[in-house]
Amino acid sequence: MLEIKNLSASIGDKEILRGVDLTVPDGEIHAIMGPNGAGKSTLSYVLSGREGYEVTGGSATYNGENILALTPEARAAAGIFLAFQYPVELPGVGNANFIRTALNAVKRARGEAELDAVAFLKLARAELKNLSMPDDMLKRNVNVGFSGGEKKRNEVLQMALLRPGLAILDETDSGLDIDALKIVSDGVNALRSPKFSALVITHYQRLLDHIVPDRVHVLSAGRIVRSGGPELALELEAHGYVGQEAA
Amino acid sequence: MSAAFETRNTVDTLATQKYKYGFETDIAMDEFPKGLNEDIVRLISAKKDEPEWMLAWRLKAYAMWRKMEEPDWARIKHPPIDYENLYYYAAPSGPAPKSLDEVDPELLTMYEKLGIPLNERAALAGVAVDAVFDSVSVATTFRSTLAKSGVIFCPISEAVREHPELVQKYLGSVVPVGDNYFAALNSAVFSDGSFVFIPKGVRCPMELSTYFRINARNTGQFERTLIIAEEGAGVSYLEGCTAPQRDENQLHAAVVELVALDDAKIKYSTVQNWYPGDENGKGGIYNFVTKRGACRGARSKISWTQVETGSAITWKYPSCILQGEGSVGEFYSVALTNNHQQADTGTKMIHLGRNTTSTIISKGISAGHSNNTYRGLVKIMPGASGARNFTQCDSLLIGDQCGAHTVPYIESRNPSAKVEHEATTSKIAEDQLFYCRSRGLSEEDAVGLIVNGFCKDVLKELPMEFAVEAQKLLAVSLEGSVG
Repeated sequence: MLEIKNLSASIGDKEILRGVDLTVPDGEIHAIMGPNGAGKSTLSYVLSGREGYEVTGGSATYNGENILALTPEARAAAGIFLAFQYPVELPGVGNANFIRTALNAVKRARGEAELDAVAFLKLARAELKNLSMPDDMLKRNVNVGFSGGEKKRNEVLQMALLRPGLAILDETDSGLDIDALKIVSDGVNALRSPKFSALVITHYQRLLDHIVPDRVHVLSAGRIVRSGGPELALELEAHGYVGQEAA
Repeated sequence: MSAAFETRNTVDTLATQKYKYGFETDIAMDEFPKGLNEDIVRLISAKKDEPEWMLAWRLKAYAMWRKMEEPDWARIKHPPIDYENLYYYAAPSGPAPKSLDEVDPELLTMYEKLGIPLNERAALAGVAVDAVFDSVSVATTFRSTLAKSGVIFCPISEAVREHPELVQKYLGSVVPVGDNYFAALNSAVFSDGSFVFIPKGVRCPMELSTYFRINARNTGQFERTLIIAEEGAGVSYLEGCTAPQRDENQLHAAVVELVALDDAKIKYSTVQNWYPGDENGKGGIYNFVTKRGACRGARSKISWTQVETGSAITWKYPSCILQGEGSVGEFYSVALTNNHQQADTGTKMIHLGRNTTSTIISKGISAGHSNNTYRGLVKIMPGASGARNFTQCDSLLIGDQCGAHTVPYIESRNPSAKVEHEATTSKIAEDQLFYCRSRGLSEEDAVGLIVNGFCKDVLKELPMEFAVEAQKLLAVSLEGSVG
């Protein structure tokens, strides 16, 4: 379970999060919606441990552990996965090698047996098939020369192979056409289980047609200002974010 | 905290990875008195039982060296080298071993420690090894197997005695005795090295490898390598090097000459891991090396691949003289410097023949307080119609205390030639590191992965088993530089 209490964070002198309260129980998918500049991406970076974001107050725990004290890699080992809004290119680094290195690093940290190249490829090919992605996805360099949609699909592939307990999807729908949106959504839905939870950050409602959330929260000016069921997303789509902060 | 600040912090605080090969071997040694004069040159020659012509050749080189001055154009800094305070010959005492059974067990143990088994049965399948300890070759494996296909692979001191016609014909024909200061010095005092001869039409049945080790204190190592591939012959050769960890600097001034006749192919790979000095820049090897290959024959090809992670100072420009029509020269290089290391390295491609082509791929990685310079010359002579060159120089900076410099010289005297040059400089981006770490990789593993990706175009040129070794070496050499 992810529990965020009164979390504040700033970049330099600028306060972005001003007391976020949020609880995501295992097995649930929560959506965070909100206007540009509300602090959506900051929340995802603070939870995954990016440098440059200073926590100024409050707490965040995952399964009872204070994650804010952990390095990014230790958070990954604890089961937290961030799907990037802008996935990063790694020239010369093969995708299969990258994902296997990551998977084995996580397995090592958890005290599990590592996978050799053959076992990994078998697993990865099976996952590609589930996700209707081509095999060459593994052979190419990490995100280099990928289209926007391919990059997002690669995030979902990594997520599927790393099997996180908590996935944070940062505007994964941005820049996706409808087919890619469906593949990405199917990938997330396939992970649904009583032990899996997700925080889906999005600006638009359309992603939530495919990944139906248990709860929807509105983040505005650094705080959760409203929470509700899936119908809240539809209401926001119809009326926009105007006035949400005062609500 | 900014990424640059964080990186600098970790550079400052983390202890450097200890040089794994820094042990010393305790063994009885023959050393001549310190300093260099004609008598020392005569002594070395006599010790090797050399014919008169070889001595005359050395003395000529010595006389030239005396009149020359140390070059000062490279972007390197070091206190003056006192050439009179060096030993020019050191060797395990006693008569030269005739077979592996006669090699001092202490030496065999040392090579085992380095991961170089000299015992043929235990040796890496398909790789013949010549081990050079300080000034002499101590063991060459698989010689009889190679001899069956006509390949000669032996210490050069032995070749001088056993194959004088070949040595006289080719020694100094690519790097003349007076070519440069360090080459002249080497020509005067070289004591051993490897000799390879691949006869017409023979593809060498296994990889050849020489392993250089400097052990003795205050001793210069001056090895000499000569590789000849006759018409249609082919060989892949690899050299590796290590030295003990010492506070004083040690001089290494080698010369390598390659000759490729019609349709011959020589692939020369180096994984250089001499002791680089400690994190404060104390100690380490001065690596002043002249390497040059002559593509004499039509359609011949010489390919240099180097992964340079060691030495306090590297001064080295493996080059190709493209004389034969349609001959091909290649240079693939990774030079990594950390702490206070300095590297000034690159290549020269001299196009003489028609339709000659050359490719240069250089990857420089600088970390800590180091300085890394690519210096290259592409020269197209009037007769080289249709010559082509492609050069790509990429530099990667880690932290903000290091330097990367690119100094390409291009001279074209033929209007039909095509010369391309591309260069980039980049830093490991904070978002790349974070991306890897958010997937579970430690910062060090992330840097290793990114650096290996950066070097991939070069590493893929190395023979398989050495590519794996080189990848590990790059990661180890960067340990402590980022965190």
